[in-house]
Amino acid sequence: MSPEDFNFISTLIKARSGLALTPDKAYLLESRLMPVARKHSHNGLEDLIAALKARKEESLIIEVVEAMTTNESFFFRDTKPFDLLRDEVLPPILEKRAAKKHLKIWCAAASSGQEPYSIAIVLKELGAQLAGWNLDIVGTDISHEILTKAANGQYSQFEVQRGMPIQLLLKYFDKKDETWEIKPEIRSMVKYKYYNLLDKLSPLGGFDIVFCRNVLIYFDPKTKGEVLEQIASLMPEDGRLFLGGAETVLGVTDKFEPVKGQRGVYART
Amino acid sequence: MKTCLIVDDSKVIRMVAKKILDELGFATEEAADGQLALDACKAKMPEAVLLDWNMPVMNGIEFLRALRELPSGGDPIVIFCTTENDLDHIQEAMTSGANEYIMKPFDSDIIQAKFQQVGLI
Repeated sequence: MSPEDFNFISTLIKARSGLALTPDKAYLLESRLMPVARKHSHNGLEDLIAALKARKEESLIIEVVEAMTTNESFFFRDTKPFDLLRDEVLPPILEKRAAKKHLKIWCAAASSGQEPYSIAIVLKELGAQLAGWNLDIVGTDISHEILTKAANGQYSQFEVQRGMPIQLLLKYFDKKDETWEIKPEIRSMVKYKYYNLLDKLSPLGGFDIVFCRNVLIYFDPKTKGEVLEQIASLMPEDGRLFLGGAETVLGVTDKFEPVKGQRGVYART
Repeated sequence: MKTCLIVDDSKVIRMVAKKILDELGFATEEAADGQLALDACKAKMPEAVLLDWNMPVMNGIEFLRALRELPSGGDPIVIFCTTENDLDHIQEAMTSGANEYIMKPFDSDIIQAKFQQVGLI
């Protein structure tokens, strides 16, 4: 890409979204905008940028900006919550359900699938301990497009390197050309559904464990409280909720309380 | 402060990696090939090695095997960082004693995520 083109596109994205694209993130243009270019039958980024320059078509600009600003998702984001899930949260929950052998987990912001697949891998790694169990992992999101990507389970080299340990990459992904595809044994563990958290949540059914990390930060306190109360009503008494590292229930709802020594994990009150 | 030896025949890559590792709080040393890296390790074993594969004189995999034979050579955490991105290369690296594997091109997010996974930060 010529410096003029990089300058043009980064200026446009900055003006529209505030996202500052430094040269070390130039690869993002390629990985994010190539699908947009292809969709509009442009041969490459140069053609797409030429079209943006020539026509200043608002719908295309919006598409480009959205493609660039979609939140980057990491596999095993923040690492610790997944260690806590395996070491502290799951053992008592599994013990209590040993007779029924049924576990239900909900990812409330599945995005492009990194979090639900990380949870699926944690469960898979428990191996024989979960043999014969009925494991339901449900991932929901408000973007159809991102859910399609999640369900496809295909990731670029950049995406898989954000958080996926190399040993697990070798174990649970197939490499097809330059794409890393999650193996069917993991992909089939997760069901994706379109769902808006602001809608009535009861049709989703009950869940033993809910991941709702870094979603509520976008809501006002009242809405936050309402969503958390609805989530609480979907969970059994010993259910556990995972929130993002910077999130809290303090002053938001009294339906949950932090679990001592398990950062980011909340129990029903 | 933990030390990281950056092994790459490209001065530009070493510079980029050094900048990222500086920000992550590492003291860095540099080596332009496997032999120079091995000499550096014999003089003082680093906590971590960021290792290119294709280099003149001694390549990354030869260095790694020689390192693991040294007294205390099992201690450093070795993270490959190479354009080789096929399963055979990755498998070979891991069975030869690498701890993690980065496929170039990389950025600060990837370095940070990988260093976190192996417990360096």
